[in-house]
Amino acid sequence: MGIIKASKLIFDYIRRDEEENIEEINRAIDNLSVDIEKGSFVAILGHNGSGKSTFAKHINGILAPTEGTVWVADMNTADEESIWEIRKKAGMVFQNPDNQIIGNVVEEDVGFGPENIGVPTEDIWRRVDESLAAVGMTAYRYKSPNKLSGGQKQRVAIAGVMAMRPECIILDEPTAMLDPNGRKEVIKTVRELNRREGITVLLITHYMEEVIHADRVIVMDDGKLVMDGTPREVFSKVDKLKSYRLDVPQVTELAYELKQAGVDIPDGILSNDELMKSLLPFFEKKFPEQITI
Amino acid sequence: MSIKAENLTYIYSEGTALEQYALKNVNFEIPDGQFVGLIGHTGSGKSTLIQHLNGLIKPTKGTVYYDDVDIHSEGYNLRELRSRVGLVFQYPEHQLFEVDVFSDVCYGPKNLGLSREEAGECAREALELVGLDKRYWEQSPFELSGGQKRRAAIAGVLAMNPKVLILDEPTAGLDPKGRDEILDEISQLHKERGMSIILVSHSMEDIARYADRLMVMNHGEKVFDGSPKEIFEHYKELETMGLAAPQVTYIIHGLRDHGVPVDSGITTVEEARDAILELLGGGRHD
Amino acid sequence: MIRDITLGQYYPVDSVLHRMDPRTKLFGTMIFIISLFLANSVVTYIIATLFLASAIRISKVPFKFMVRGLKAILFLLLISVSFNLFLTDGQVLIKLGFLKITREGIRVSCFMGLRLIYLVVGSSIMTLTTTPNALTDGLEKSLGFLKTVKVPVHEISMMMSIALRFIPILVEETDKIMKAQMARGADFESGNLIQKAKSMVPLLVPLFISAFRRATDLAMAMEARCYRGGEGRTKMKPLRYHKQDYRAYAVYGIYLAAIIGVRM
Repeated sequence: MGIIKASKLIFDYIRRDEEENIEEINRAIDNLSVDIEKGSFVAILGHNGSGKSTFAKHINGILAPTEGTVWVADMNTADEESIWEIRKKAGMVFQNPDNQIIGNVVEEDVGFGPENIGVPTEDIWRRVDESLAAVGMTAYRYKSPNKLSGGQKQRVAIAGVMAMRPECIILDEPTAMLDPNGRKEVIKTVRELNRREGITVLLITHYMEEVIHADRVIVMDDGKLVMDGTPREVFSKVDKLKSYRLDVPQVTELAYELKQAGVDIPDGILSNDELMKSLLPFFEKKFPEQITI
Repeated sequence: MSIKAENLTYIYSEGTALEQYALKNVNFEIPDGQFVGLIGHTGSGKSTLIQHLNGLIKPTKGTVYYDDVDIHSEGYNLRELRSRVGLVFQYPEHQLFEVDVFSDVCYGPKNLGLSREEAGECAREALELVGLDKRYWEQSPFELSGGQKRRAAIAGVLAMNPKVLILDEPTAGLDPKGRDEILDEISQLHKERGMSIILVSHSMEDIARYADRLMVMNHGEKVFDGSPKEIFEHYKELETMGLAAPQVTYIIHGLRDHGVPVDSGITTVEEARDAILELLGGGRHD
Repeated sequence: MIRDITLGQYYPVDSVLHRMDPRTKLFGTMIFIISLFLANSVVTYIIATLFLASAIRISKVPFKFMVRGLKAILFLLLISVSFNLFLTDGQVLIKLGFLKITREGIRVSCFMGLRLIYLVVGSSIMTLTTTPNALTDGLEKSLGFLKTVKVPVHEISMMMSIALRFIPILVEETDKIMKAQMARGADFESGNLIQKAKSMVPLLVPLFISAFRRATDLAMAMEARCYRGGEGRTKMKPLRYHKQDYRAYAVYGIYLAAIIGVRM
């Protein structure tokens, strides 16, 4: 069993009127079963309202399943007693960088989690130092979070989670409110944590270019798991992705359209280099004198 | 009908140690009916710039002209100007406040002194323009989905009947489909209504697809101004400013570096596809 | 104008005052405030001025920055000074209709003005040199004895600390919403009082909604980071008195004694 496992998970948002009568039931997650391997980098894609954030909130027990079960490191998230242990193991980074930083100074914010779980003072400092270094924010440790850019704020939030020494980090659209540079900064940080520290990463996003380096991509639609595979497998199905209100990177789209028009190139091209490598032989045939490979 | 900025300079905290140029001697003229993309990294001055264009910020030096009249001249009606030059801020749904969508959209026209009926007429038209289904009109704006809220908020500005529409990252936070839908509607306003559009965006792909003209801001200065095709050829210089060109541009330049005689001004997937297919002889190669 | 309030802002430099225990600074501020109400003569004010001036010097916070905080109370200052100036009985110097300026009036209003200015500057030294977190820690610890009578001291100080963090964010947000509504033709300036109050609705509703959204988000983020009240919490920066704190207490003693001594 992987580090995170959901089995036949169902979650209903129930709206009640003043007399507590059920007014409306919205099924946000519909029979979702998924198993996340320890140490992997998994991306969850889906349009707004597809249930991906609701799923994330189940992983560290912010929401409890209506039906089905979620396990984190072999602990059932519905089990009240293990909830704090689960939250230590599975840290969470949210979308709005401003609304998750508690401290008024960067290092104090990073220390907030360890303080909560009763880590002795000296250990807190060690953890704060390590976590700030891991996200490359040591130089900013005495700054006020309000003076940081969006990308830097998110890195502080990640450091705050790292200081809890988690086994996995769930990032719920961490880049949705950032500019392109901030987005790159955050994704780079997360990838490094995954590679260097072996942290399991669950990245929820709708920016396609952020998921091409993932080990596995899961697509959700209407609360259900609708696609699951490597980025290459998932991105080779451009039409299917579009039907789920998603998109592909321009290079993948171009490759797909060329293929549709009859150019014989492989499926699911993810990078500029790949596309060029597969296109150049055709040009070489056509213009033998000009092309240099 | 044009917006003109002449030697526009804006200094934050002038005369103190924190003095900082937000805009430095910016000049341009936007004639009627143009679709202008405005790019620059965060803090490059683009937000400050657009707030000058409807008089929310008064320049430290320089002048903004609307229809050749200085908007800060004595007795100029700024409120009237703000109805002509509509400005949609980032995350505009955060400004919704009325009990239902329809009343919220009426807020702008009512501020202009229109009667209830006239305002309602404007609101109806605006809501139709943004494609928000009638069944949402009587709902509380806070019950709508993200994309619908965004539309309602844009309608709130459109209801004032602007000739120029400025949008600060209207697609931020939306999913890909929502992004395309909003942009298509903006493009329609441009094509069918002849509205001038100034679109602030971080997405070079979107700018390449929709804009006729592209202005690039860096450290408060306008560093490039021209067609997207011309400007994206300078992608290496854009990178030094923390910007980039559309991904397609990189593919095209990569091919050119290997000697493929493909047009360097290509910025969209469609253009790239057609150009490559043509070079390969329209080719069915399988 | 809200931006001018320096009270509650932290000025990050390294000074003896910055390193001092927040409890020492809280206590010092209290002593200073008491001394201001004890001060009744030129000499006592000179002593208070010296005390304040050296505190400012030691804090390494630019004087300009502190004075900026006074802009926010300018109105209050003017009112109280002019009340005292015109309405104090005594030896009349100038008479303007029913208003008169007396020798006593000048004296009282000068002291009053100084007292107000010193109050604000004095307490802003504390907030400028103490991170809000340290400040609330200090409060929590100093008021810890209240826990025995079931006052939720930790929770209150946590709330204060969070409020301080979100003030600048909400100020910025207010500015943004205001501009956005102005872009829709809103007018926040003209009109009578009722019209003005009404024109605030499009500003206040979005602001409250945003504040509630932030509060919900923050609560979720805190829970996700295992926050569950003060029980079983450790401190990253536990409060401990150092040499400089004992020295400071000694200085307070001398200062207060001097003021009382002169007064008697």
